[in-house]
Parts: sequence; C-alpha cells; structure tokens
Amino acid sequence: MLRFVSVRLFEALVVLLIMSFLIYGLIGLMPGDPIDLMINADPNLTAADAARLRELYGLDQPIWERYLNWLSAALQGDLGYSRLFSRPVPEVLAPRLANTLLLLGISFALSLAIAIPLGVFAARRPYGAADTAINLACFAGISVPPFWLALLFIILFAVVLGVLPAGGMAPVGGTGGLWERLPYLVMPVATLTLVSVGGYTRFVRAAVIEQLRQDYIRTARAKGVPERSVVWRHALRNAMIPVVTIVALGFGTLFSGALVTETMFAYLGMGKLIYDSILGNDYNIALVGLLLATLMTLAGNLLADLGYAALDPRITFTETRT
Amino acid sequence: MAINRTLLGCAGAALALSVGLGGFGSAALAAKDELVIGAVQFPGTFHPSIDAMATKSYILGTARRPFTTFDQDWKLICLLCTELPSLEKGTAVEVTRPDGTRAIDATFTIQPGATWGDGKPLTTRDVLFTWEVGRHPLSGVTNAQLFSKDIVGITAVDDKTFTVHWDKYRCSYDSINDLLVLPEHLERPVFEADPAQYRNRTLYDTDRTNPGLYFGPYRISRVESGAYVVLEPNPTWWGDKPGFKRIVVRTIENTSAMEANLLSGEVDYVAGEVGLSIEQALAFEKRHGQRFKVVYQPGLFFEHIDLNLDNGILADVRVRRALLSAIDRDAISRQLFGGKQPVAHTGVNPLDRFYSEDFTRYPFDPAAAVKLLEEAGWTELRGGIRHDAAGRRLSLEFQSTAGNRTRELVQQVLQEQWRKVGVEVRINNQPARVLFGETMRERKFPAMAMFAWLSAPENIPRTILHSTMIPTPENGFSGQNYVGFRDAETDRIIDDLEVTCGEAEARPLWTRLQQIYAEQLPALPLYFRSDSYIMPPWLDGVRPTGHQYPSTLWIEQWRSK
Repeated sequence: MLRFVSVRLFEALVVLLIMSFLIYGLIGLMPGDPIDLMINADPNLTAADAARLRELYGLDQPIWERYLNWLSAALQGDLGYSRLFSRPVPEVLAPRLANTLLLLGISFALSLAIAIPLGVFAARRPYGAADTAINLACFAGISVPPFWLALLFIILFAVVLGVLPAGGMAPVGGTGGLWERLPYLVMPVATLTLVSVGGYTRFVRAAVIEQLRQDYIRTARAKGVPERSVVWRHALRNAMIPVVTIVALGFGTLFSGALVTETMFAYLGMGKLIYDSILGNDYNIALVGLLLATLMTLAGNLLADLGYAALDPRITFTETRT
Repeated sequence: MAINRTLLGCAGAALALSVGLGGFGSAALAAKDELVIGAVQFPGTFHPSIDAMATKSYILGTARRPFTTFDQDWKLICLLCTELPSLEKGTAVEVTRPDGTRAIDATFTIQPGATWGDGKPLTTRDVLFTWEVGRHPLSGVTNAQLFSKDIVGITAVDDKTFTVHWDKYRCSYDSINDLLVLPEHLERPVFEADPAQYRNRTLYDTDRTNPGLYFGPYRISRVESGAYVVLEPNPTWWGDKPGFKRIVVRTIENTSAMEANLLSGEVDYVAGEVGLSIEQALAFEKRHGQRFKVVYQPGLFFEHIDLNLDNGILADVRVRRALLSAIDRDAISRQLFGGKQPVAHTGVNPLDRFYSEDFTRYPFDPAAAVKLLEEAGWTELRGGIRHDAAGRRLSLEFQSTAGNRTRELVQQVLQEQWRKVGVEVRINNQPARVLFGETMRERKFPAMAMFAWLSAPENIPRTILHSTMIPTPENGFSGQNYVGFRDAETDRIIDDLEVTCGEAEARPLWTRLQQIYAEQLPALPLYFRSDSYIMPPWLDGVRPTGHQYPSTLWIEQWRSK
C-alpha cells in the first residue's frame, strides 16, 4: 500500500510539472498581456510607458524563459505576486481555497446526505409512483441552470422575504467567524446542493438497483437476512464503489463547478478567482490555481482507489505473482 | 419510513434556519448615516500611481485629492492646490532651458490645512518624493512619461510651495492632475529598501488601512480583498465635514445580483463610474424606477468605428461618407438607449468648451449614401450587394468586442442599415483582449472596428490622429492611430494646439480640427456613451462628472436628505 501511494505521489509530481509548463505556455500564447489591459484602462499611458512596464514585468522575455524563472522561484518557495491583487500568491489563494472548500464541503455532504437515502428509497420501489416522482425531481434539479436558481433564491429570500443576505461572505466589519457567515452560506449551499443532488440520486439509484439484482442478494434473502440489512449493508456497500468514483473524480471540477454560484452570491472562492486571473493575465494566480485543481483531481483519483479497498476487501494494491 | 422522517427533518431544519435568520434583511438595511455603494470590480492595488483602474480612482477619490482636476462643468480647478498657476499672475513663467528650448515653469501652493491622516502636514517634501518615485524606472509607476519626460524638475520654494519645470512650452502647464502625492514619511523607507520591489511592497497594499496614507474627507478603515472597502471620516480633513459616518464600497460582479442587492436594500447606490451599463440601467428603471433616482450622464466615452484607411474600399472618402449617411444614429440612440446617449458627430464632446457647431454633419439619408457609392464606382447591384466595374463586391469585415451585448446589438442594426444601400458587412468579433491586444495594436483589422475612446476634457488627439502615431513594426506598434490617418494639416494643428494657450487663439484650431475630422472621416462617429447612476431618493449632492475623474472627489458634499 505504501509503495502504491508513493508511486502515485511521484506520478502526481510529474503530472504537475508538465501541467505547469502547458498552462504557462497556453496563457502566454493568448493575445494581449497585462500591459495591454493597462493601456485600455489608462488614457494617459504612453507607448513608452507601456514598453518600460513590459520590460519591468519581464514580459519582453520569451515564454520559456519566463516559465523557467517562475519555476526556479517556485521551487524555492516563492510563488510570486498576484498582478490583480498586488499581494503574494499564497495570501490571495489560501483564503479563497478555504472559502471554496467550506462552501463545497457543506454542499457536498448535504448532497450525499440527501442523495444516498433518496436513491436507495427509489431503488427499492423501481418504477413506482415514489420512484417516478423522485426521478422527475432529479431531472428538474439536473436541468435547472445554477444562475437561474441562485437568482430565484436571491429574489425570494433576500428581496421578497428579506430573511437572508443577497450575497457576500460576512457582515461588513464583522469578524468573519463561522456563525456570522452562516446566513451568507445558506443560499449558495442550497443552490449547489440542489443542482448536484439530482445527479447523485440517479447514480445511487441505478447502482443499488443493479446490486439488488445480483445473486448474492438473492442468497442473502434466502438465508433470511432482514431486508433492511440486505439493502443497507450488502447492496449499498457494493453500490458505493461506482459512487465513490464519481464523487472522487468530482473533486477536480469543484472550482469550476462553483464559478456561477460564487459570482451570483459575490462569494470569494477559487472558481471565480481562477476565471478572473485567466482573463486578467494574472499568470501567477492562474498557474497556481489551475495546478491546485489538477492536484485535487489527482488526489481524488488516489482517494477513489483507496476507497475501493475500504469498501471491497478483495481489492488490493500489493503485487501478486501468478 | 425512516428515510421519510429524515427528509422531513432536514426540510424542517432548513426552514427553521431560514426563520431563525429572519430579520437579517432588516438588520442589514443601511442606516442613513451609512452609504453602501455597489461596484462591479475590486481594485487590484490602492497605490494611486500604479495601474489605473476605475474602481480604484473612485475609492481613492474619497480618501485623497489630486492637485488639479476637471470639475463637473469640465473646468480645470485646484483641489489640493490653492490656485491654478497663470502667466497673467506671474505664477507661471515662460523660460528658456540651457539647451535653448522654449519652456515654462509653473508654481503651485499646497492647501495650508492639508494633513495626512496621521497628523503629519502634507508638504513639498512629499511632492519631491513623489516625483522621485515616479521617475525611477523600476518603481512600477504607470504614467512615467509625466515624471521622467514632461516634468524635467521640481523645486521646493518652501514647505507648501513648489515649482514644476515643464520640458517645453505647453498650454497645459497649469494641470498636474496625475501628480498624485505620496506620503514621504511612510513610503520612503519602503521605496529605498528596494525600488524594484516597491510596487509589491508599498504600504498602499501591505498596510492599506494606515491613516497616514490618506488625506481626504474619508480614509480607508477596512479592506476585505475582493469583497468590500470601508471608509470612515478622516479627522484631519481640512474641508467641509463629510455627511456619512461610514461609506462601504461593495463589489458585486454579477449585474443581476447587483440589482437584487439594490432591491433588497443591501446596496444603496450603484455609481455610474463603476456600475451598470446603460441598457441594464434602462431596464432597471423601467421595472423599479419609482423607488430610485436614475441619472444618465453623457460623458467622454466616444463610441465610434475605426476605419482601416489602407483598405482599398475605405480609402475612398466617398465610401466613408456614404457609410455614415446610411446610419440612422438618431434612431439607434432613441430605440436602443432611450435617447440617453447623444449622437456624436466628431470626437469632441458638445460639453467640451472647444466644441464647434461649424462642421459638416451627416444626417440619415440613404439616398445620399447611394449617390455617393455610385459616384465612387459601386454601381452594379447583384443580389442586393453593390459591385464595381471590375466586379469587386462591396463587402466589409466589421469587428468589435465579443460578448459586449450593446455593441453586438448595434452591429446588427448597422449591418441591416448598410445592407439597404447595398453594402455587405460581415461581423467577426473577438474577445476584448484579442481585439485590443493584437488586432488593433498591430492594425490587423481588415476594414472596420467598433470601440470607444476615453479621454479627459480638452484632450488633444495626438495619439489618435497624428501621423507619427501610426503603429508599425518599426516603432514597436506604438501609438493609437489605428486607422492610419495621414494628414499634414491635422499634424500641424495638433502641434500648434499644444503651444497655443489662449482660448481665443486655440478655438479656430479646434474648429478646423473638427472640420477635417468631419470631412475626412477617419472613423465613423456614433454616440457618446453615458454613465448611469442608480441612487436612493434620499441621497443628495452627487454630481456625476462625465469624464475620467470620479464624482467622489466631491464626496464631502454628499448628504442624506
């Protein structure tokens, strides 16, 4: 197991290195640079000013040279400054990452807490009235655009009822503690939960139905195992293997998935930050942010593999000779 | 059943949470001694001279003052100085530099009560330090042209008076709008420690709430990066007492969310400089106008279509005139913008003091357009599109910023109007960063490109119209004369305008410049964009400027009725 994890970590490092080069290259290849953005914003900026700033920021160097400079500094722990925020990259990224993980962690847990029982409930009564109703609700949840749902929530709970803040992270001037942030989390969490719970429910339902058709379930029932145990201990445990895959792979798409919700609720998360950094040519933030997303995907894969082993003892990572 | 109970429990908990949080909305409603302003962007830096950005200028307008600026009537005034220098009063003097150059020295005096927020007086030492930072090649100051070329020296006369030595004789000697003073006592140690790292280590970014950085009616007291900036009255402010105990500038990037915040009362006011576009404001006014005061301020955003004069079709001035005659600009202004964005005839705004009425106008006249096109040789109609004797098709590519809904809408209207006179237009839009970063800068647009220029009042259009400002590979693509306009008379007028200072002497030059523009049409003028301000009815004293300097420079006059 230790060897397996070590190999995977080494592979992750190689992938990160390749990704960093590709991302840096792609961002650098896009037309326009930060100085062009400055020129657009400042009518007083002259061509001479622009040329001087381009040299000052090292933008007159070839991309590969800029990348090597960045890599060399990064390996010494210096991730550079954010051009858009005039702050060191970790100072900008860390709170955003924490915010996104909090938002997504809660909605993720809530989604699974709703989807698993709901999926099992529907699987036990396939094609019945309750199953049809749950399916319809799931399709509605999958189909509804997050921005529309977010807007609906804002209008209902902030404008009409006035019981929740329309957006933001915490009260202006507040300490930013979790209790203060709770009202601000309700609508974004609800939006993300509602748009993801449908998909998870459908997936759990299908996986449980598949397991309930297996021979070992019939055997368990024949042996007189109570139906509750058959479903929750036997079928669900095996059904969770594909579910774990979907959930773990979803890690990597967390940032982009939250983009719309974060924008609508003025929530300061990673999705919006990465998006803005790409548009704003904020190379350092874009690079580290996208590498974090890559890292999350790799971590998700590793967790999925480890999850299989936990759910199914037959799966092992030790080498066997045949 | 157990699952059903769980579900019901969850729903109940959610409802209880919502009810439990009830009253939040009312608690969040701003009291009248607090003003919450909505903005769609958050500033990258708070350093006044590094990286220009509208939201930064807007916020800093509450906390600092430039020496000089244009007021709401587009008149140059002193804010941090006591009086504009003048040749008549002897505070400006024409001089000859040792190399024989004719130049000018202008003397300014700092407001006697001007004091940094930490109690230190604002003096000429600060001015000299600002100049030192500005001209240092590694400091990262954006507009270094001002510090390292335009100004050749600054001499301190005493603690409050200094003389600016300009590089040459220029009529704008009395204007130092962009010499934005820095606190020497706080910033010098940071700058001297490492000038190359100054742009990353300035206290404006590392200690943003330090009172000593500000000297306006308000000072920044709290910053939540990306979310909001809190401003509180500055006890050392020398002018009128500001009207609010707290001002919050909140960032809400999504415009639908911004509207919802306005309606829920969490945002009081969306400022035109940093807020909603005109069509969003018009739609908002239609739905909720009775609850708010919506003000439209036409300004110095000159929306126009640059024409590539190297294009064989567009090189003929008759075609350019025909294109403009075929556009119903009044209808566009009326139908799309509720008449709030006035039609432009040249790049000079009618609110500018040098605007002239004496130049050719092109009213909507399709018949005149057809006549001009036929005179230019585009006589044969095939499938509704004009062709010339050589069989060339009158077809033009039309570019603009992709994703800008207003421009895309205008493009469609124009395409239809031009089709009616036999001109085929193919729309090929690009993201703003591509259009401005490459296509325009390197003059790669084949025919037409629609965008806007932003300028200050009385701005002499050297970078846009002077023939030396055509971007080429040889000059490193410097200059903004993207159309490739070459006109000896225009060059001469621009050169003369920079040294012809009296209003009476300058007026004929400005008039002739507008006449040439209207005759030659290097670009098709469309309209002047308006900023839209959505204010609560109780907010009083806000006067939009319509130019690049924000209304917050007079924020101490803002009151709650």
